[in-house]
Amino acid sequence: GWEMLQLPLVVTAQVDLLLVLVSLLAFWTRLSHLSYPNAVVFDEVYYGQFVSLYMKRVFFIDDSGPPLGHMILAFGAYLGGFDGNFVWNRIGAEYPSTVNVWSLRLLPALCGALCVPLGYLLTLELKFSHLSALGAAVLLLLENSLIVQSRFMLLESVLIFFVLLAFFSYLRFHNAPSSSWSRYNWLILSGVSCGAAVGVKYMGLFSYLLLLVVASLHTWKLIGDKTISHMNVCVQSVHRVLCLVVVPVLLYVFWFYVHLSFLNRSGPHDQLMSSAFQASLQGGLSRITRGQPLEVAYGSQVTLRSSVSQPIPCWLHSHKVNYPIRYDNGRGSSHQQQVTCYPFKDVNNWWIIKDPGRQQLVVDTPPRPVRHGDVIQLVHGMTSRFLNSHDVAAPMSPHTQEVSGYIDFNVSMPAQNLWRVDISNREAESEVWKTILSEVRLIHVNTSAVLKLSGVSLPDWGFRQLEVVADKLFKAHSSSLEWTVEEHRYGTSQEQKEREAELHSPTHIDVDRKISFWAKFVELQWKMLTVKQEESEHKYSSSPLEWITMETNIAYWLHSSTNAQIHLIGNPVSWGVANLSLLAYQLLAVVYLLRRRRGLKDVPDGVWDQFVCLGCVCVGGWLVNFVPFLLMDKTLFLYHYLPALCYLYLLSPALLEHAHTHLLRYAHQLQHVTHQRALCVGALAVLLSIFLTYRTFCPLTYGSPELSAHQLQGLKWRDTWDILYRRR
Amino acid sequence: MAKAECTPKWNTLALRNRKTCPTPEKSFQTTFTPVSKDKNSQTAGHLAGGDTQSSNGPSGQFLARESIESPSKVLLMLVAGLSFSTRLYKITEPPHVCWDETHFGKMGSYYINRTFFFDVHPPLGKMLIGLAGYMSGYDGTFPFIKPGDKYENQNYWGMRGFCATLGSFLPIFAYLIVLELSNSCTAAIIAATLLIFDTGCITISQYILLDPILMFFIMAAVLSMVKFNQSFSASWWLWLVLTGINLAGALGVKFVGLFVIILVGLNTIWDLWRLLGDMSLSLVDIAKHFLARAFALILLPLILYVTIFAVHFVVLNKSGPGDGFFSSAFQSRLIGNNLHNASMPEYLAFGSTVTIKNLRIAGGYLHSHWHLYPEGVGARQQQVTAYLHKDYNNLWVVHRQQDNNSQSGNPDLVRHGDIVRLEHKETTRNLHSHLHEAPLTKKHFQVTGYGINGTGDANDLWQVEVCGGQKGDPVKVLRSKVRFLHRATGCALYSSGKTLPKWGWEQIEVTCSPYLKETPSSQWNIEDHINPKLPNISLSVLKPNFLEILLESHIVMFRGNSGLKPKDNEMNSKPWHWPINYQGLRFSGVNATEYRVYLLGNPVVWWINLASLGLYLTMVAVASIATQRGFSLEHSLVLVRGGGLLMLGWLLHYAPFFTMGRILYFHHYFPAMLFSSMLTGTKLCWTSFLHLCVWSEAVEQTNFYLFHPLSYGMTGPLAHEPGSAMADLKWMDSWEF
Repeated sequence: GWEMLQLPLVVTAQVDLLLVLVSLLAFWTRLSHLSYPNAVVFDEVYYGQFVSLYMKRVFFIDDSGPPLGHMILAFGAYLGGFDGNFVWNRIGAEYPSTVNVWSLRLLPALCGALCVPLGYLLTLELKFSHLSALGAAVLLLLENSLIVQSRFMLLESVLIFFVLLAFFSYLRFHNAPSSSWSRYNWLILSGVSCGAAVGVKYMGLFSYLLLLVVASLHTWKLIGDKTISHMNVCVQSVHRVLCLVVVPVLLYVFWFYVHLSFLNRSGPHDQLMSSAFQASLQGGLSRITRGQPLEVAYGSQVTLRSSVSQPIPCWLHSHKVNYPIRYDNGRGSSHQQQVTCYPFKDVNNWWIIKDPGRQQLVVDTPPRPVRHGDVIQLVHGMTSRFLNSHDVAAPMSPHTQEVSGYIDFNVSMPAQNLWRVDISNREAESEVWKTILSEVRLIHVNTSAVLKLSGVSLPDWGFRQLEVVADKLFKAHSSSLEWTVEEHRYGTSQEQKEREAELHSPTHIDVDRKISFWAKFVELQWKMLTVKQEESEHKYSSSPLEWITMETNIAYWLHSSTNAQIHLIGNPVSWGVANLSLLAYQLLAVVYLLRRRRGLKDVPDGVWDQFVCLGCVCVGGWLVNFVPFLLMDKTLFLYHYLPALCYLYLLSPALLEHAHTHLLRYAHQLQHVTHQRALCVGALAVLLSIFLTYRTFCPLTYGSPELSAHQLQGLKWRDTWDILYRRR
Repeated sequence: MAKAECTPKWNTLALRNRKTCPTPEKSFQTTFTPVSKDKNSQTAGHLAGGDTQSSNGPSGQFLARESIESPSKVLLMLVAGLSFSTRLYKITEPPHVCWDETHFGKMGSYYINRTFFFDVHPPLGKMLIGLAGYMSGYDGTFPFIKPGDKYENQNYWGMRGFCATLGSFLPIFAYLIVLELSNSCTAAIIAATLLIFDTGCITISQYILLDPILMFFIMAAVLSMVKFNQSFSASWWLWLVLTGINLAGALGVKFVGLFVIILVGLNTIWDLWRLLGDMSLSLVDIAKHFLARAFALILLPLILYVTIFAVHFVVLNKSGPGDGFFSSAFQSRLIGNNLHNASMPEYLAFGSTVTIKNLRIAGGYLHSHWHLYPEGVGARQQQVTAYLHKDYNNLWVVHRQQDNNSQSGNPDLVRHGDIVRLEHKETTRNLHSHLHEAPLTKKHFQVTGYGINGTGDANDLWQVEVCGGQKGDPVKVLRSKVRFLHRATGCALYSSGKTLPKWGWEQIEVTCSPYLKETPSSQWNIEDHINPKLPNISLSVLKPNFLEILLESHIVMFRGNSGLKPKDNEMNSKPWHWPINYQGLRFSGVNATEYRVYLLGNPVVWWINLASLGLYLTMVAVASIATQRGFSLEHSLVLVRGGGLLMLGWLLHYAPFFTMGRILYFHHYFPAMLFSSMLTGTKLCWTSFLHLCVWSEAVEQTNFYLFHPLSYGMTGPLAHEPGSAMADLKWMDSWEF
């Protein structure tokens, strides 16, 4: 043991001081005075409501993105002890002292700050010099729009962080010597970041797909490498698929798992979900349906909910008012009792299932269940009218049949009130009709038309309720034809009066019904992708082509009494540099490609590979994060451009370095040096002007100090920017 | 592994092909023709499997071909005979208007009668239909009001026969294309039979529709594209020019023709890239190649396309139902239109009644009507919109700031910088704007009609500004571009081009824009001008030149196309339905007693196509991985090249529909279906599943026999009712025959 003690105790550490420096600056620019302004800023008003719901564990649907982003924001709120008791109702509302604003904004700001060192490291992994890396980091550091977007409770900075992390760790993996096994840690990290990026916003999908393309190109090269054995190639490929495909997919599902296990209370968006889903949440429907009998029997009292939730969830309904004899357009009706779909719970939503062969409206002991294929009649609980359809045009959709509560006016219009039960999600032919679980079509026996929610609102005579029709030309799969029993009990009252009292009484009994996580996941995911919100233009929305030249800005916040304000405005100089380098890269690439095709190799193969890789990641990243927006008809904002912009900031310094080392080579020896010097001076000048512009726009980025109207006017570099002046 | 399995079989197959399968184009490409570059690498693929040989192909192959030219000719005759007989069989039935014949038959009649109409498709298809009708003695008098109308004794067979004839060429073209790409008769004959016996292709070819014409041009373009491959020979030029002509034809029938243009474009780029890498060619040669293609594939189609429109405008010179869609300048060309020879006062004056038209193409007239903006959309005042049709609600009266009464004597002219009040003639409300968000363009301000009988407020005042004019310049009717600047807020009257929802009668939004850039959207001109106190001067309305007409008609067509949104309750077909033959299209007849025709693909054909797409991708994946690992699969190159082209064609004609917002129908899939059938043919014979081919052919033809009533018409009970002859054939619930 003496030898051990004789050795000196040494720690060797290499610290990249540049990296440390930019990181510190990044933290300083992103985190200082984070809780100013102490008011709701722009989309905080949108994300805030979800954070509150997380704190209260109330279920919600947000179609704007998967749940990880909301969960990260909610985690920040949780750290600060936020209890969810704040009404996020308008931009500019002051936070009360109980809300820890700093912690709400902390996580996005941290992510935003970490993007800067990540940009630095990523440039190194693209095999460019430290100087280029520094350039990229400075561009990211001094970009006003990135700072603004990071400093509030918003998700773009988190998304950008994960995307950069994914690319960095993938390239780290790729550049590591193939013998080391530890490099697979980087690959796993890359997969995890991809899963996280897609989990924060769907937009992360674009970068993820790009990463897959880059990875498959590398794998393709690997497959072509004949020095490696077949076995080895197989193993390596499988590893990549596992880490880059399986891990992200599993993670994506995992976010939903966490989301759904957290949010177990019923809330405002319940109604969009199926009855089975609602029954799995605490409170709400489950309180009503708990312990209902499962099997629908003759004599059951039921409410029938339409399976579509568009335009609005509703229940089959009737009331003591008849269809008008003539509609406004002169067509006639049967003048029988109206049958509609009504979006609220109501005693008139109750229907009784009757055996056509018997008179009684109570359930036998033991109950006789209704099965697939059985023919039934439906009796409206409160008015005792039979659900009926006939060859009369429906009020709003004249190509379909009217559905009515039958009244015999003695006008040779016989009752046609038999309906066949068709359970569309049956597993066996003689399946029993089950509460909540079965999706049922009611097929009119006389005309074989199907009871359908047309989705059209009736005019005033129908109290603006939704029209119900019977449609003959049914499509094989359409949820507007399907109905589920939601509330259900076995009827016991023989007399109409008793029955009415029974219908008014609440349902009860206790059993808990579970649906599996997968069913919930699929349903939630499907709803998130299909729920259509009325898209309308926003005051600050913009079209993608305006982003390139930054024709547009977004006012995030205006002080309630002074001219202090925060805007999403980028650094115009960096923006110009980014566009310029994008253009330059494309030009250069075309020239290189054409010349190489003719056998003229301007740069050595290694440099060419580096150049191509730079293009794949940076120009490719810009393309996939920009072009899809041209095809979308969503409401779009300037901040959707930020991920694409980050790729360009990585591109610019790298391209400059490429030009410096390889293009100027062709100049005459003497000129060569002068050119290089000129380039350096130019680059320094650009950096300086970027810094100055950053300083100039700081008041609009941090919201302080307050500027006079005249100074604000001076900052309006473009006519199309909306800068607010408070009139005094 | 893969090598051991595939190579020998492919070799034998290839040999067999070479011996027995001459390509038929030799019959008119004359004897000297050596095989092209492309061709070389393909045929060479069989021999040596590399890129190096380019010399031994021609002579050897030529000999082989010469000796057995006849079998392929016989096969071609057979294909032609079968396809003509299946397409022309029962061509006159049913003797009533079927489905879209009501549109295209009617438009054919318009050409015969020379009346102007508007349609969302370019004119070539309808012109040809009209021509066919004219030649066959149809006089253009049948009104084509709705599907089901009886033709009685009109000569409708000519138009149907014309479409069916073009439709009959599809299997022939498919045969030739596949033969060219794969060099295998078997492959070619399979592709052709798939199309010949597809009930869907038959049905869609038999009626007066644009689709057979469109598909004819698409297939002809692809055929000529795969044929031009020997540089600068006479036949090369011929095929190159034919490609260009067919591209123009395809685009001239429907805008879907754009997809085949993209296909040809990509193929050409690939071709040029290949030539660029060929170091034996000098840059001058490459420039020649490039220029030849630029001329034949860009310039020539463009000229032809423009010519088609020129003919369209020359032929249709009478006022008709399409007038309303176009600007007044355009309408002044049409005989019988009220603007044909107009006269009005030359300078705008106070007290004049005017219509004000936006300068954006198809921008519409400034319009108002007795309807308020609905609650929640700005202030609840009267709507002001832009309207594309002529209407008395487009009339506005120009007033001074204050006075409402008409002056005596000569009225003063309105000059640049004057303040005016525009009063809507019908409702006597003033054009008004205020600081409320506009209904759709939220960055702009709302424009309303406000006040009554001329009394309003300061927000009713607008400053007239003649673009490019100076203070004091008068406003010329029709010729001056005018802007209206709102006095109180400084914004400019603007037409955003967005369509208002139902409450706005789907007219176009009018706003007041705070951004003062001069764009056509914020510029207006005075069109109709009525002032009895001023002398009327005959104005030859600035006749629009041809390019303006062309541009305007295209913009109107695109608007119309994107305006075809699916309506509620209307059946809407989704693109994913199509390849699985999920749901057909009812061409004629609903009830049991009627003569019914149902457009539905032969399920066996379509499902084979679908399976072959999947199989093709797998095969390509396996083959290319094997090649990358260093196994030499000689024929994978042909598989990837020929099949890749067809796969790309399928993708280009199918994928874009997923992004389209307009209403879609089942028949939109048919061009893509042609490509997938050809792919099936090409691919099936590169696999060694020959017996499978034979089997599938047999099944397919039985099926054709079973399903032929769908195309040729059926009567009797519907399939889902008991006792129907078709009951057993309703394999999917969604089929509605």
